[in-house]
Amino acid sequence: MRVAPILDIAGLKTVFRIGGRPVAAVQDVNLTIAPGETLALVGESGSGKSVTSLSVMGLLPKGVGQVAEGSILFRGKAGQTQDLTQLDAESMRQIRGNDIAMVFQEPMTSLNPVYTIGEQIAEPMRIHLGLSHKDAAAAAIKLLADVGIPDPERRARQFPHELSGGMRQRATIAMALACDPVLLIADEPTTALDVTIQAQILDLLQKLQAERGMGILFVTHNLGVVAEIADRVAVMYAGRIVETGTVAEVFAHPRHPYTIGLMRSIPKLGEATALKRQGKPLPTIAGSVPSLIQLPSGCSFAPRCPYAIEACRADVPPLYDTGTGQRSRCIRWQEF
Amino acid sequence: MLSYILRRLGTGLLMLVALSMLVFILLRVAPGDPIDAYVNPNVAMSQAEMEALRTRLGLDQPLPIQYLAWLQAAVTGDLGYSIQRNGVRVLPLVLERIGPTILLMAAGLAIAIVTGIAAGILSAVRRNSPTDIGFSVVAFFGISSPAFLTAILGLYLFSVVLRWAPSGGMLTPGAPFSAGDLLSHLILPACLLSIGHAALIMRYMRASLLEVLNQDYVRTARAKGVKESWVIMKHAVRNALLPVVTLIGSTVGIAVGGAIFIESVFNWPGMGLLLINAVDTRDYPVIMGATLIIGACVIVVNLLTDIAYAAVDPRIQVA
Repeated sequence: MRVAPILDIAGLKTVFRIGGRPVAAVQDVNLTIAPGETLALVGESGSGKSVTSLSVMGLLPKGVGQVAEGSILFRGKAGQTQDLTQLDAESMRQIRGNDIAMVFQEPMTSLNPVYTIGEQIAEPMRIHLGLSHKDAAAAAIKLLADVGIPDPERRARQFPHELSGGMRQRATIAMALACDPVLLIADEPTTALDVTIQAQILDLLQKLQAERGMGILFVTHNLGVVAEIADRVAVMYAGRIVETGTVAEVFAHPRHPYTIGLMRSIPKLGEATALKRQGKPLPTIAGSVPSLIQLPSGCSFAPRCPYAIEACRADVPPLYDTGTGQRSRCIRWQEF
Repeated sequence: MLSYILRRLGTGLLMLVALSMLVFILLRVAPGDPIDAYVNPNVAMSQAEMEALRTRLGLDQPLPIQYLAWLQAAVTGDLGYSIQRNGVRVLPLVLERIGPTILLMAAGLAIAIVTGIAAGILSAVRRNSPTDIGFSVVAFFGISSPAFLTAILGLYLFSVVLRWAPSGGMLTPGAPFSAGDLLSHLILPACLLSIGHAALIMRYMRASLLEVLNQDYVRTARAKGVKESWVIMKHAVRNALLPVVTLIGSTVGIAVGGAIFIESVFNWPGMGLLLINAVDTRDYPVIMGATLIIGACVIVVNLLTDIAYAAVDPRIQVA
């Protein structure tokens, strides 16, 4: 029996108005995150992973995107469970940065250039915890030390442009953790960093999670990062989840052709040179992501799928339970 | 910082010399002769008497000699004598007029900065709302109306028709000095002077803030649970101000032109009025002295703008 989840997304559908017409950017999304668990949300650009995380944060672009259906149940620090889709703007604001915090992709642009690092980390603690300027500043320095920034007193007084990319991402993590959130949403936090810094940031997130026990929704397109950090994984394609399961199960035995394709597309050490010698290209998934405005009928992946049959184009397949805790949105899942 | 300011002041001096040279040459290639304005048309003068007068005023010397003589005196603080005003010294004449002009321009710019920035913020935040469209229409007229037109229309509407403000001058003649009297004379010309600048500042502020509101750090601020009003005022506006500060600095020079029109319409006893009279009568020393002082003021304001820029944006190092 698993502990009650801190986040339980059911039947989420988020629509965007594009040219006056509502277009579903995300639909039929079901996700849960237990305390201390890391769920990786994987997919290509435009698959709906960022829209899902912004729906949870209540940060969809105003007047353009909104949650149309479904519920987002969230258990906050105080222990009460609320449906975030039903909250007004002010209640949602009080949750943001306090119970749910977010780390963004671009450390270069996600910090305000005209305020010091210390001020930006102290700000959420003044807003949500009611700390004085002095106490918040002292707490900010401690947080900078916690995220492994040497000489935190000096760094707190510096401006973002005086820090390297890796340092800035550590600072944004410190900012997100300032109020000790229950849930951390990390939207591709390592994508903009070089590989050695990536590994350091992932280690840091794991260490902080072990210390603080927060749940993490980790949005990424990098399966290598998923293997490194996540407990469970949900693969998204064209706004729907196509496969979920524990990282071990999904990586050992992917049950959806899209996941299989993604895993095949990761070049293995030595393989690339071998393929080059044979004059063969690196394996890829043929075709490209369909436009959300005109999704193909039936399974969205069918036009690119090597296993597609006539039945695939009839209806959108449901998520089949494979009996091992894994789920696949493919009518032929038993054959993989 | 100090060496930066000294360096900027040094280049400023060179610019002033270049400015004086340019004005000097332009004045002499322009048609018109100061002697014509100098002589009393009711007194008959022979050609020889005119030439003697020209020699006495030094106007018969070659141009470079005349310029060098002027420059030599100018660096010692002697800007010469007015040709037309019975030999009044230029420097005290100009200095006495600069106070009212600075007052008018400072008031006009202050109104323009406050209203322009406030309207720009409102327009950007309520993008495409009736407020935004209303401000944009007003700004469009503000930018495209020349100063002489707004000055005369404003004078007619607010002083003649509505009688809200006095129609000219800086103080009520004969009345004892009071700040209220000065203010009532100042408010209308200052507001009219500010129109074009307020409109320009509003358009810049709106565009700049709209761009900043799409920046990642604004989303970060929202993700931290910062109140929306603070997201705008604290996180966005300060960044959006950067290009606007540059604009304000560079409009000061343009505002001088507007101030000259406003002063002549409202009979404001400032540099503009002095300059227009001097141009009418080809009073070369006064024109030279006045442009020099105005130029110096503009250079100092631009320097202050650059220093203000560094204060708003920590990434800029003045050195």
